[in-house]
Amino acid sequence: MGNMIINHGLTSFILVVWMSINIFLFVWFYFFYDLGDQFYYTRHLLGSALAWARAPAAVLNFNCLLILLPVCRNLLSLIRGSFMCCGRTMRKQLDKNISFHKLVAYMIGLMTAVHTIAHLLNVEWYNNSRRRMYDPLSTALSDLPDGNNTTYLNPIRNIDVNAQQNPTYFAMTSLAGITGVIITLCLILIITSSMEVIRRSYFEVFWYTHHLFVIFFIGLVIHGAGRIVRSQQNLVQHNYTLCKDRIESWGKVAECPYPQFAGGAPGTWMWVIGPMFLYLCERILRFIRYTQTVKYRKIVIRPSKVLELQLVKAGFKMEVGQYVFLNCPAISHLEWHPFTMTSAPEEDFFSVHIRSVGDWTQKLISMVEELPEGTQGPRMGVDGPFGTASEDVFDYEVSMLVGAGIGVTPFASILKSIWYKFKDSDPKLRTRKIYFYWLCRETHAFEWFADLLQVLEKEMEERGMGDFLTYKLFLTGWDQSHTDHVMVRFDEDTDVVTGLKQKTNYGRPNWEKEFEQVRKENPSSTVGTFLCGPAVLAKVLEKKCAKYSDVDPRKTRFYFNKENF
Amino acid sequence: MGKIEWAMWANEQALAAGLILLTGGIVGVGGMFRGWEFAAYSIAAGVFVCLLEYPRGKKNKGTSVERTGQYCFTVCVKAFGPLTRNYYVRAFIHAAIAVPAGFMLATVLGCVCLGIASLIYLGAAISGEKWEPILPRTETRKAVGESIKQPPQNPPPRPPAEMRRKRAEDLEGAAYDNPIKVSTNDE
Repeated sequence: MGNMIINHGLTSFILVVWMSINIFLFVWFYFFYDLGDQFYYTRHLLGSALAWARAPAAVLNFNCLLILLPVCRNLLSLIRGSFMCCGRTMRKQLDKNISFHKLVAYMIGLMTAVHTIAHLLNVEWYNNSRRRMYDPLSTALSDLPDGNNTTYLNPIRNIDVNAQQNPTYFAMTSLAGITGVIITLCLILIITSSMEVIRRSYFEVFWYTHHLFVIFFIGLVIHGAGRIVRSQQNLVQHNYTLCKDRIESWGKVAECPYPQFAGGAPGTWMWVIGPMFLYLCERILRFIRYTQTVKYRKIVIRPSKVLELQLVKAGFKMEVGQYVFLNCPAISHLEWHPFTMTSAPEEDFFSVHIRSVGDWTQKLISMVEELPEGTQGPRMGVDGPFGTASEDVFDYEVSMLVGAGIGVTPFASILKSIWYKFKDSDPKLRTRKIYFYWLCRETHAFEWFADLLQVLEKEMEERGMGDFLTYKLFLTGWDQSHTDHVMVRFDEDTDVVTGLKQKTNYGRPNWEKEFEQVRKENPSSTVGTFLCGPAVLAKVLEKKCAKYSDVDPRKTRFYFNKENF
Repeated sequence: MGKIEWAMWANEQALAAGLILLTGGIVGVGGMFRGWEFAAYSIAAGVFVCLLEYPRGKKNKGTSVERTGQYCFTVCVKAFGPLTRNYYVRAFIHAAIAVPAGFMLATVLGCVCLGIASLIYLGAAISGEKWEPILPRTETRKAVGESIKQPPQNPPPRPPAEMRRKRAEDLEGAAYDNPIKVSTNDE
């Protein structure tokens, strides 16, 4: 229980606050419309469906405000930077921005459904009211025209249409109706193209369809401009308790003038104008960054179709483990793809290692392969750098770094930076010990990383710092030929696979053993666990961190940080 | 990633449309709206579309992810052969099903969504895509490595039992040791 609080406490708190605000808004506006006197006559026509439509509308306002904020990555980077004083637990919450974006999106979907269903009922009952199907009061209210001394209540004015088609006709000819239908359609298309299956396999479909949100927000802002939610304006002169049963004397008697109605002013723009502006700034900033010149320092094609690009950009400053978004207009104008940087901040350039995973990366690699030696690569736009949890790796006295497959990339940056900091005896380095776990099926695609480890190994031995870095390699895809090879050369000093002093382990790590060892060797430290790899492994490590953490702050405590794109 | 398989998105869109038709239909019937017969139709149409679209097809490239418990639906849908395999047929079926739902406000959203799904399926059909069922792979025994030779057919050659027995006069020369001291029968 204590471990849960350490590892999930702040997230749970934020979620509770968010949900409480949602519930509060729903209940407040529900009762505002269900009990308010000015809506007495409206409720007579619509019943509680009025409140059931307006309450989700308020929740929708709030969530449409929130949805744009987690995707303003430059804004989040800024907040992250300014909160350096407030402790890593708070800053870690910013890593979960996309999860929050999805959660808010689900809420928007749910509330849209409730809102739409309630309005379906409203339109149907307004239609029936207009066609005199209910009691005399309803008929009288619906008949009120927009004349010289009357204002209408029932927004359905034209009934020269087929009775069954009237609701559809009203929806298509009123501002609220048409915008409602369009933005709901946009929302549905956005949601279906954002399903995990589509997002992971056909990123372009997801990305381009998602831009329908522009139409969504424009429609949302003008959705209320028709002012069809009408409330009574002259409650003092026309007291409904007195006058509701004296329909015939309306306008003829002094104490019962005609009830006057007016629509509520559209309020959504007040909620969303701020975030819309911030998002616009975000996109402008991305565009400015895109126009800045980026020069190629070196282009290297590594084994197994891995492309290393060393780039230089004026005024570019990075931290360890950060990532950049790259855009290559020659391949696609609108697509920005994230890549973790593999260089250290101490170097005067920044590098990325790009593996061929999909359309964009494949095209880039084939374009670069055809270039003659020594020429500049295709024009590239760079947005970033953006902060991730790796920035915190030096704050922990002890760090456990786990890189699985391609996830080893951010750790290239970290290890290089460690090497530089050690050479310069940087006092900022709080880390005393690093445990590095490298898991991969086969090392072919990562020979560049094995080279890096070899260099570090040599340097550390030369300075007598052998036990600062403990690394274990786990080859999870071994076969018979591997074991034959190892059997023959088992008594050699260096490993057969990587050429490193540290021997390769085969199969997956036994995490219980590893965590036990770390805890034993560091009985009173805060240990940061960093993973860049598959979600399944994240779950395993998160559980182990919770299990091996002590609530007592003097003993070993494990904090789990995950990187994910 | 690779070439976009439109059918995957069409499938998601159609499933969503089925659910929206179902919901709109329930509201129309529950509230006894004008034209509630169309809403009743929409409920049936929604259920049909959901059943048809629930089993995900197999992706041409990459691993296909099944929806929970879709195996029985896969079998049913597969049974209709070319009617469900061909996406032109699906596009036409969806377009036809969508039309009656357009006659009532409660179901018109489902109608439009299904229409969009039908268009995406048309695009998929033009690209030559087909619906392949995701079936569990038959287990193939892994071929035994060459290093494991055929197990021996015959026992190893050894001398007959009389020769193998320990002889009292030559206990040291025997091929095995007894835990209990050997004694001859007459002792």
